Amino acid sequence: MNKPIRNLSVFCMLLFVALLANATFLQYWQADDLSSLSAHPDNRRVRDLQFSRERGAILVQGKAIAQSVKSKDRYKFQRVYPNGPQYAQVTGYFSRDFGLGGTEANQDSILSGSDSSLFVNRVIDLFGNDEPKGGNVTVTINPKAQKAAFDGLRKLGTNVKGAVVAIEPATGKILAMVSSPTYDPNKLATHDFAAAGRTKARLQSAPDGPLQNRAIEETLPPGSTFKVVTASAALDKSRFTPDSRVPGGRILDVTTGRPVQNENGASCGGGTITLARALEVSCNVAFAWLGLKVGEKDMRAQSDAYGFGDRYFTELDDSLTKQAISHFSDPPPGSDTLDPAFLALSAIGQYDVRATPLQMAMVVAGVANSGKVMKPYLVDEVQSPDLDVLKKTESSELSQAISPATARQLTEMMVGVVDQGTAVSAQIPGVRVAGKTGTAQSAPGRPPYAWFVSFAPADDPKVAVAVLVQDAGVERDAISGNGLAAPIAKSVMEAVIQ
Amino acid sequence: MTNVGNEGSFMGFVHRQRRGAELFLLILSLIVGIGAYAAVGLGTDGTVPADIIGYGGWLVVLIIGCHITIRFTAPYADPVLLPVVSALNGIGLAMIHRIDHAAVVNSPDAHTYARAQLMWMTIGVVLFVAVLVFLRDHRRLQAFTYTSGLAAIALLLLPLVPGIGKNINGARIWIGIGPMSFQPGEVAKVLLVIAFAGYLVQHRDALALAGRRLLFVDLPRGRDLGPILAVWLISLGILVFQNDLGSSLLFFGLFLVMLYVATERPGWLVVGTLMFSVGAYLGYLFVGQVKVRVEGWLDPFGNVDSASQLIQGMYGMAWGGLVGRGLGQGSPYLTPLSFSDFILPSLGEELGLTGVMAIVLLYGLIVERSLRTALVCRDGFGKLVATGLGVVFAIQVFVVIGGVTRLIPLTGLTTPFLSYGGSSLVANWVIIALLLRISDQARRPPPELFAPDDDTDATQVVSLR
Repeated sequence: MNKPIRNLSVFCMLLFVALLANATFLQYWQADDLSSLSAHPDNRRVRDLQFSRERGAILVQGKAIAQSVKSKDRYKFQRVYPNGPQYAQVTGYFSRDFGLGGTEANQDSILSGSDSSLFVNRVIDLFGNDEPKGGNVTVTINPKAQKAAFDGLRKLGTNVKGAVVAIEPATGKILAMVSSPTYDPNKLATHDFAAAGRTKARLQSAPDGPLQNRAIEETLPPGSTFKVVTASAALDKSRFTPDSRVPGGRILDVTTGRPVQNENGASCGGGTITLARALEVSCNVAFAWLGLKVGEKDMRAQSDAYGFGDRYFTELDDSLTKQAISHFSDPPPGSDTLDPAFLALSAIGQYDVRATPLQMAMVVAGVANSGKVMKPYLVDEVQSPDLDVLKKTESSELSQAISPATARQLTEMMVGVVDQGTAVSAQIPGVRVAGKTGTAQSAPGRPPYAWFVSFAPADDPKVAVAVLVQDAGVERDAISGNGLAAPIAKSVMEAVIQ
Repeated sequence: MTNVGNEGSFMGFVHRQRRGAELFLLILSLIVGIGAYAAVGLGTDGTVPADIIGYGGWLVVLIIGCHITIRFTAPYADPVLLPVVSALNGIGLAMIHRIDHAAVVNSPDAHTYARAQLMWMTIGVVLFVAVLVFLRDHRRLQAFTYTSGLAAIALLLLPLVPGIGKNINGARIWIGIGPMSFQPGEVAKVLLVIAFAGYLVQHRDALALAGRRLLFVDLPRGRDLGPILAVWLISLGILVFQNDLGSSLLFFGLFLVMLYVATERPGWLVVGTLMFSVGAYLGYLFVGQVKVRVEGWLDPFGNVDSASQLIQGMYGMAWGGLVGRGLGQGSPYLTPLSFSDFILPSLGEELGLTGVMAIVLLYGLIVERSLRTALVCRDGFGKLVATGLGVVFAIQVFVVIGGVTRLIPLTGLTTPFLSYGGSSLVANWVIIALLLRISDQARRPPPELFAPDDDTDATQVVSLR
C-alpha cells in the first residue's frame, strides 16, 4: 500500500502549496487593492484608521477651511470646516460612512499622509513613535472672491439654483467656486453617525441637489454668452472685423425650420449694424447669421479651442462628482452635419450647445489672456506636515483659442457691452469691465437661465467670472443676465481687484 | 504488496525514541502559545494579562502531562506531532481570547469563549491520555469495524432527533444537551476512518481482484463493496440532508482515498473525481446554498450580501499584509465568526502572511507525519487508519483555509485545533493520540529480527480480541 500513500503525500503537498500560494496572493499581491478605500469603500478597517488619523488641513491663503482638531472619543480627531457651506464645493466632505468628496477625496493621499512623497515623514514618525500626520493642501481660492460669490447667490435666496466660477486669466487659478444650494460638510463629518446618516439621506433626496457642484457637474445651454465664441470664430476664422456690417433686422429666415428672432421680437437697431453693436445689444439675428457664415466646422473648432469637448479639470473628482463635458451641438443621429436652422440656433447658444459655468469662465479668461486658454487648477501647493513645500502646481497652457489681435478686438467689443450695452449693472467705477450677458431658454414653460460672463480690468485682466442663475424663483420677465447674474459677477471682480 | 512486513526494519534501521527532542520542541511550542496570550494582553490593554501565571501554568500542566504519558505508554512515538498540536492549540486559544476581549470591550456581558475552549482542551487532553493508556495496540480497533460504522451513523443521525438536535447557521449538525452543544459529526469522522480501514483491510484483495472490468475500472463484486458503500452513502446522505457541505466533501474524499490506498487502483480516483464533478454540478443547479456559495466565491464583490463574511475575512487578511498588525492590534472582530470558522483570517490579520504560512506549514507537518507513520507502519490496518486520519486532516485544512481565503467556495468546517468548538477539539486530540499510538508501533524495534514476512498480505496475523 505504500505507492498510493506516496502518491497521496505528493497530492497533499500540492494542496498545501496551493494554500500557501493563495495566501501570498491575497496578503501580498492583492493587499493594496483590497485595502484601498476608493476600490472598497466598505472596508471598515481602513476607514476607521483613516478616520482616526490627524489629517492635514486644506488652506486658503494660510487659513484653514478644513482641519482636524482633537476630539475625546475613540476616533481622536474631528474634521472641522470653518465656513463649511461657503467652501463646501471646494473642500468636499470627510465622513466615516459615506466616504469622501471634493478635495478631501482627490487629495486624500496627501491629507491622510499615505502619499509616497510623505514617505520620509512616515519613517520619522515611526521611529519617533508618533502617529503619522497628513500633509496640507493649499488651494488657489481667493477668500474675498469666494465670499462675494457665496453672498451674491445667497442674496437671491438659500434655495436658488446657481453657480459662480472665477479664474485668474493669466494662470488658470480658480479664485472662486460656489454652487447653490449648498450644504454644511460639518454635518457629514460629525462623529454622531446617526445624525450624519440622516443628513446624508436628506441631502441626497433633496430635489434641488445640494450635493451637486453646479459649477462643473452640469452642462446647460449657455445662451447669449456663447456669442463670445461665435464672435471669436467670426473674427479669427472668417474675415470679419468689429466694424463689419451684419444683418440686424427682426427676423432671420433660415430656409428650413423656424426663423430666428430677437429676444423681444424687435429689430436690433437697423437693417444692418456693426458686429460690435450686435454684441452690445446681443442681437440674435446677427449672430445666427454669423454662425451660418462661419460654418459648422469652424464653429466646432472654435468651441473646442476654448476647451469644449474635453475633460481637463479633474481636481474635484470623487465617487459622485466628475466634471461634465461641455460640447457644441452634435449633428442628429444618422447625419454628419447640422441642419442650418440648428446651426443658426447653436451660434446663439441654444439648441444642443451645452457648457458648464467653469467652461464659460474659461472662454472669457481666454479672451482676457490674449487668446491663450490656461488649464484651470485648484490645488496650488502641497506641503508636508512640517510645512515644507512638496509640490507647487505650475500653470500650463491648454490652447491658443484666438490670436492676440482678435482677443484685443473682442475685449473692446465686450467692454462696449458693459459700457453701453446689455450689461450696465456690471460697471465698476474707475475700472474698464468686459462682459456678456446671456438668457438661455430651457424647456418651454420653465423659466430661462440667466448667465453672465466677464473679466476686469480690461487692460490688465486679473479675474474672469462666469455666473449662472438657474432658478431664482422670480418672475419670468425679471430673469436676465443683467438683472440677476451681473451684480454677482461685479462683486466678485471687485473683491479680486480691490 | 510484499514489503509490508519489513518496512519498519528496512536495512536494519531502528528508530530512536527522541523524547528529549519532543520535550525541547514542546517547550518552544509553549513559549509560542503562552507568549501569544501575553502579546494579546500587551496589544489590547498594554499590560500582560493578570491571569497569565494561572493560564500558562494550566497549559504547561496539560502539555507536560501529555509528554509524560507518551514517555511511559508510547516511547517510540513520533516526536513532532505533539509539539505541533500544542503550538496550534496555544495560538488558537490566544486568538479566541483576543476576540473575546474585543467583544467584552464592546458590551461588558458579551458571551466569551476562551474559558470554554480551555475546558474543552482539558477534556481533549484527558481523552488523549486515556487513548494512549488504554489502547496499547491500535490493531485491537479492527475488532470494532462494524460497531464503529454503526456508531458513526447513529451519531450523524442524532442532530435530526427532535428535542436534542439544534439548527445553527443553517446547518442541522449540532446536538444540545443542557447549555452545551456538540457536533457529533466530528466524532463520527474518527469512527468512520476506523470502520473503513477495518473493512478495507479485510476485503482489499477481493475488492482489487474479483469483479468485472467496466470502462477504466475493475468494478468489484457487490457483496465486497456493498457494506462499505452503504455506510458511506448513508453518512453522505445524512450530511447532505443536514446541509453540511463541508463534512460531505470531507467524507467523500476520505472514502475515495482509503479505497484507492487499499486497492491500489487509481481508477477509483478517476471514478471519484467524475462523481464529484457531477455531484458538484447538480448541487450547483439544485441546492440553493451551493449556488450561493459558488457565486460568492466567483464574484464576492458582486454578491456583497451573501459573501460579506468572506469579504470581511479578505479585508482582514489584506490588512494584515506580510507581517500583520500585531496581536490585539487589528480588527478581526469585524468578521462574523472570527473565533471559529474564520479564525484563520483573524490570525492572518494580526500575524500577517508570515503567521499564516507558519500555521499552514504546521498543518502540513501533521499530515506529513501521519503519512510517514502510514509508510513505516507494519500492518495494513494501521497504514489505512494513519492514512485516513492524515488525509482527513489535509482535506479539512484545505477545505476550510481554502474556503476562507477564496481559493475554493466556502463551506463550513472547523479549523483543527485553532477554531472554537468543543467537539472538533476533542476529536482532533483523539486523532493525534491514535496517530501517536500507530507511530509508536511502527517505529518500535521489531520484536523478532526475522519476522515471517512471506505471506502477510493473505493472512493477517493479528489477534482481534
